[in-house]
Order: sequence, then C-alpha cells, then structure tokens
Amino acid sequence: MPDLAPPIDDRLLHVDADGALTLLAARERESGRLVFPAPGDADPGRYESVLLPREGRLWSWTVQRFRPKSPPYAGPEAFAPYAVGYVALGDAIIVEGRLTGAPLDGFAIDMKMRLVAEPFMLESGERRTTFAFAPITEKAA
Amino acid sequence: MSDVYIVGAGIHPFGRTQERTGLQQGVFAVRQALGRAGLDWRDIQFAYGGSDAAGKADTMVSELGLTGLPFINVANGCATGGSAMFGAYSTIKSGEFDLGIAVGFDKHPRGAFDPKPAEWGLPDWYGETGLMLTTQFFAMKIQRYMAMHGITNRTLAAVAEKAFANGALAGHAWRREPVDAETILSSTMVSDPLTKFMFCSPAEGAVALILASEAKAKSLGLPAVRLRAVAVRSRPPGSFEVFSPALDIARGLSPTSIASRAAYEMAGVGPEDVDLAQLQDTESGAEIMHMAENGFCADGEQQAWIAEGRTRIDGILPINTDGGCLACGEPIGASGLRQVYENYVQLTGQAGARQVTGDPRIGYSHVYGAPGVSAVAIVERA
Repeated sequence: MPDLAPPIDDRLLHVDADGALTLLAARERESGRLVFPAPGDADPGRYESVLLPREGRLWSWTVQRFRPKSPPYAGPEAFAPYAVGYVALGDAIIVEGRLTGAPLDGFAIDMKMRLVAEPFMLESGERRTTFAFAPITEKAA
Repeated sequence: MSDVYIVGAGIHPFGRTQERTGLQQGVFAVRQALGRAGLDWRDIQFAYGGSDAAGKADTMVSELGLTGLPFINVANGCATGGSAMFGAYSTIKSGEFDLGIAVGFDKHPRGAFDPKPAEWGLPDWYGETGLMLTTQFFAMKIQRYMAMHGITNRTLAAVAEKAFANGALAGHAWRREPVDAETILSSTMVSDPLTKFMFCSPAEGAVALILASEAKAKSLGLPAVRLRAVAVRSRPPGSFEVFSPALDIARGLSPTSIASRAAYEMAGVGPEDVDLAQLQDTESGAEIMHMAENGFCADGEQQAWIAEGRTRIDGILPINTDGGCLACGEPIGASGLRQVYENYVQLTGQAGARQVTGDPRIGYSHVYGAPGVSAVAIVERA
C-alpha cells in the first residue's frame, strides 16, 4: 500500500493497518439516525461511533469548474476542475464527496461507486488525505 | 385581529450602485415608498428591517428621522426580507400597531458567496476540500431532478431566456438585455448542467413595503393589496439543502413545500387560484423545481409548461415577471421583498410594459435559502 498522508481530519477517516479507508459517522442511539460527519463533541451517551459502508450508487453529481474562494478552500492556487457528487452508501446514508476515477463527463446517476483515498494538497504544499468516490469498473469489481 | 394590507412600496434599482452603501439604498427605498404613498416617516409606527451583509437596518433612523419608533433588526440569511415582512405582518395582525414598514437591503462583493464552515456548524475540511459551494448544491439538485423527471437542458435555457426578456421590461432589474437560448446554453459551464447565464449573481438593492391594518388602509385610500398569508418554515426531516455533507436515505419534503402548504391553508386558496407567481430562481433549475414544490404542477410537467410558454408574462401562470433573481441579481436581504413588491405593482396595475393582463387578483411569492428556509406570501388585490 502506498503511504497515505495524514487524514485532513482525524474524526473523518479511519485508516486500517492495510491502508484501507473507511468514513466515520455517528448513530444517534435513541432514533437510530446516522449523522455524517460525526458531531465534533459527540456525547457517547447520545451517539455511538459507526463505520459507513464503502460502496454505493451515485445519487447526483456536478463539476466544480471554477476555483472556490479561499477561505474556506485550502487547495493550491493552481486549479483543475473536479467532479463532486452524492453517493447512496447501501441503505445507510447519502454522502457528498469528490468524484474521481473517470473523466469529468464520465459520471452518471446510479453508477456503482466505491470509497477511495484522495490525496489533497494544501496551499502550503503540505499533503493530506481526504476521501473521494470512484466508479467500480469491471476490472476492479 | 386585523387583516393586513400593503399600501405602499419602494425599490432601489438592483444591480451595482457604487456611489451608495447598502444602507443608503435601504433609505432610498423607504423614502420612495413613503413618497409614492404620500406618507411621512413620522406616520410610521414601527419598522422591521435587515440585510445579510450591508449593516444594521435600525441605523437608518439617523437618515429618516429620530421619531423614537421601535425598529427591529432581522438577520435570517436568505429569508431576511421575508422574515421582516412576517414580523410587520404579525405586528399589525395582532393589533399592536396599524402602520409599519418592512425594509430589506444588501450589497455583496462580486463572485460566489464565501461562507465559513464553523458558522454553519460544519467541520473545516468541508470548506477546505472545496465542497462548500451553493452552486454545487443547486447543480446537483437539478441534475438529479432532470434525470428523475425528464427535464432537458433546453428547458433550463428557456427559463433563463424568459427571465432576461422580463428583466428588459423592469426598471429595477439589473440585466436589461434579452439573451437568447443558444447563447445561454453555450455560455461558460459553471457547475454542470448549469451555465453562467443560468445562475443569478450576488448583487445590491433594496425594497421597502408599507403595511397597514384594514381600518388604516381604508382611511388612507391608497392602491393596496391584502396580505392573505405569510408563512416562514425551516427544513423538515429528509429535505435536501445547501451545505449538506450527507443526506438521509429516507427522503422527505422541503421547507418550500411545507411553507407553501401552510400559506395556501392560511389564505384559503389553492395553486389553481394564483394568477401570477414570483419563485426563488437562484438558477434556472430552481424555478423549475419550485413550480412543483409550490404546487403549481406535478414533477416533470414543467417540460411541457415551459415549452408552451405558460409561465411567460402572456401565459396562464406568469412566473418571475420582473426577471426574478436571474435578471435582478441576488441581494440576499432584499430579494424576498422584491418579489412582494413585484406582486404589489402587478396587482395594482402599475407594472407598465410588463403588466400581466386579464385583471390578475392573486399573487404568490416564494423565497428559499440556506440552510433550508422558505418564506411564502400570498397577496390579493384589494
């Protein structure tokens, strides 16, 4: 496995010993409702920590074609458009993230997607790991 | 409990006015509303006002006169104008006062809004990695809607084409030149499937409305509309909103659909009774989806409605008769009141070149914004 840069937020991603990535969420004990991202100050009496499914289907998508304003955007000044989408992870929750693994016009609603690690460079040049979703290709499946 | 009337309205032209602050534009709108109604600031018993980014409304008293009136500042994001009107409406309805004003104004810098994650209860990574953009939300909402309900890019373009055609006829609009559908479709892609001409831009402007009790409205004898309903609603479970890192699998209603139902019930009318509507059109797709969320048609019927021109000024349900946000731009604190201003002007027969014919009686307005709030007002010609 390639060495992953540190997660962009420790409460967002779980990386196991094999380098596999999982998204961290919280489940409200009383209602059973999943919350992503997990609340920063999650009261363990109210929430339990859960790992989200890694696969799902593309629910919607678009392309970010201009560089977002900084702040809040922390990426480098040089900009390349990127795809963004919502992926329905099993019957758990619909999560928003960057899309990768296909050309910008290569996404379609209902495509099978899986969670992947996404390298992210801060304006300072430091590297972080965030998450993205990529189409599950015949070969990978 | 009194019925509530709008007896006067003023507007500062939308767009960019370098020489006036947002507050000065607000003062301009108040003075114009008073002047047109033949009223004096000293006649006004109370005020509600606000802006999202252009200062505190109550400081206007320095310009307008230190009459000691209660002036309540409203800060409710995209629903600031709608909430100011809700406050003024409730105050008169309760019988506390019988003549007041609601004012909304704003002045934003150029380009997309730049929200701060912490102010929205979100972690920094959401903004840092480039997910916190209103444009992405609108694009993804219409992208899915188009796939589910058979709406085409050409229909998106037709909505923007209509907005610019209507804006050309509205003195207060920012974009006063018609733009044809081909130009709209081939303009720069901002967030697929939405091009530059399909999005509104942050802008400047101000609107003031004078509200009166029934007895006061009768004694003044001014052109008036009766406010039959004002409903403000926040988001219900399972709605799809801006700045949502995740959505529940179980999908639900929207703040628009519940505000709309509440307003129809309050007014005792249905969508079939509405003669013209001003619907939140942050981008072309929003107008299309809001047609259904406000009950005017079923999901997917917009495709035929728009092809047949039913939402044009000469159609059976004219929508966004002054060009909406697409032609007027989006000064957050003023947009909701602009819609009511437009309905007031139309129903009192003062809309000039863009006047809806056929003696319109009921006007409907709907504003929507982050983080999931909608305000609906229904007015009737008095």
